[in-house]
Amino acid sequence: MTTLLEVSGLGITFGGLKAVQDVGFRVNPGEIVSVIGPNGAGKTTLFNMISGVYKPSTGSVKLDGENVTSMDPYLLARRGLSRTFQNLQIFQTMTVLENAISGFHLQEMGPLLADLFHLPSMKSRAGKAETEARALLERVRLGNAAEKEASSLSYGALKRLEIARALALKPRVLLLDEPAAGCNAVETEEIDHLIAEVAASGVAILLVEHDMKMVMRISNHIVVLDHGEKIAEGRPEEVSRNPKVIEAYLGTEAANA
Amino acid sequence: MVTKRVTLLILAILVIASPFFFPSSFYYRIGSLIFVNGLAVTGLVILIGYAGQISLGHAGFAGIGGYSCALLPAHLGLHPGIAAIVGAILSGAIAWLVGRPILRLKGHYLAIATLGFGILVSMVLANEAWLTKGPDGIEVPDLGLKDVLELVGLDLSNSQFWYWFSGIAFVIGAWVALNLYDSPSGRALRALHGSEIAARTVGIDVARLKLQAFVISAVYASLAGSLLALQNKFITPDVAGFMHSIEWVTMAVLGGAGSVLGAFFGAAILTTLPQVLTVFQEYEQILLGLVMMLCMIFMRDGLLPSVLRLIRGKDK
Repeated sequence: MTTLLEVSGLGITFGGLKAVQDVGFRVNPGEIVSVIGPNGAGKTTLFNMISGVYKPSTGSVKLDGENVTSMDPYLLARRGLSRTFQNLQIFQTMTVLENAISGFHLQEMGPLLADLFHLPSMKSRAGKAETEARALLERVRLGNAAEKEASSLSYGALKRLEIARALALKPRVLLLDEPAAGCNAVETEEIDHLIAEVAASGVAILLVEHDMKMVMRISNHIVVLDHGEKIAEGRPEEVSRNPKVIEAYLGTEAANA
Repeated sequence: MVTKRVTLLILAILVIASPFFFPSSFYYRIGSLIFVNGLAVTGLVILIGYAGQISLGHAGFAGIGGYSCALLPAHLGLHPGIAAIVGAILSGAIAWLVGRPILRLKGHYLAIATLGFGILVSMVLANEAWLTKGPDGIEVPDLGLKDVLELVGLDLSNSQFWYWFSGIAFVIGAWVALNLYDSPSGRALRALHGSEIAARTVGIDVARLKLQAFVISAVYASLAGSLLALQNKFITPDVAGFMHSIEWVTMAVLGGAGSVLGAFFGAAILTTLPQVLTVFQEYEQILLGLVMMLCMIFMRDGLLPSVLRLIRGKDK
């Protein structure tokens, strides 16, 4: 199996502070790799580097063999990398449906003139995107909320909407930054199933999550960060037994488990 | 949100029915000014309301459009109507060139850069007297369409003709803007307004779309400038002036920068007020400033959305 996402030696410095240093790992198709670590360990920074939001100072990111280091997010999206955000980045004043359709942007975009004059070609593209977006909303149980303004949704629902928007791109690599944060147990379980389902369809998933039960349950592989450095990696049961990890992060919770 | 069909219907009814209530032919003139301003403000709705970008220099494009109607017929012998279209293309091209570097800026920086652009255009128009005849202005030839209509038996007064002509132009402009709102490009513009970073991660080429919005709104402003020049048969560098840009932005903000119908009401109110309350003539700028401040403090979404929300109640 070929590696879809390959990160090597990735590091970034913010004004002299080494936020992330020499981090590397691989994600294969259908695999769920989780990045864990205490607050401030550099997980989101790592995500931002992989997804092109930050430009790393060192190292490289390869997508299906192609070097995509520091590439703008919109170009990465065209190459099949999509992500969600820890602090929601929803288009608040748009409807839930429009948010979902925006995930189909690359599919529904055409010539500007077609948009300005509502030519039939635009209508068929937009119509197709809308149909697919509605199906996707059903899948994350937001079908009934389609016409509502996004800002009126609950936090958990917005989390699902963001996942739907990311899935709309039909990504090959999906980066999920704390998808279950702020969700109740039922919602967490739903997201849990959804992630497993997406992975089963062959998508490479990179996950940051604080819910340890969820991480241990669904991850194939875990990368542990502390102070911006990788201190351990391996299968969930290996990582949870690693003394360095227990000391840095898992603490008593894992020791008692 | 008021739907596209309802918006167009309201606007069409307003254009068609208003003349029945005009006490004198002077009101045709005010009506046509409202439509001209409405057209420019609709362009700003696309830029400010959809895309979330600011411009304090759009009157500069009105200057380019207006002076095209004066200069191209005089020097190249073009028909004034063709000149207006050439002016719009020129404005679009200049907007594309200027927009590429300055749209990387955000917020205050973008405001200042566009402000600089507008002032630059008005200074060129005022100072290059060999071409533009300077600050005193220049004559604009007649469009000639009124005479053609007369030949086919449609005898309109000058102010009536311009009322209908600007009215139709405005409704077409509104239709195009409403089309854009509910289209892939419009969604992408509103998306990047909502969250630029999320827009990029769904594959939206943010720089390109901002530029498109800037160019489109420049074309609107240019056509508004041409309409103004053609109906006045005269144009001065004031059309490109700073105050003119501010007036348009104030109209957009007052009406509700996100909606075309709001743009119309903003334009209507701020065009009519100084005409009706002539006492305010000298205080017009103070009035503009006051309106802008009150909007920002009490109804940041603008008049129309705020009123709609009041009517519908707080629940959504």
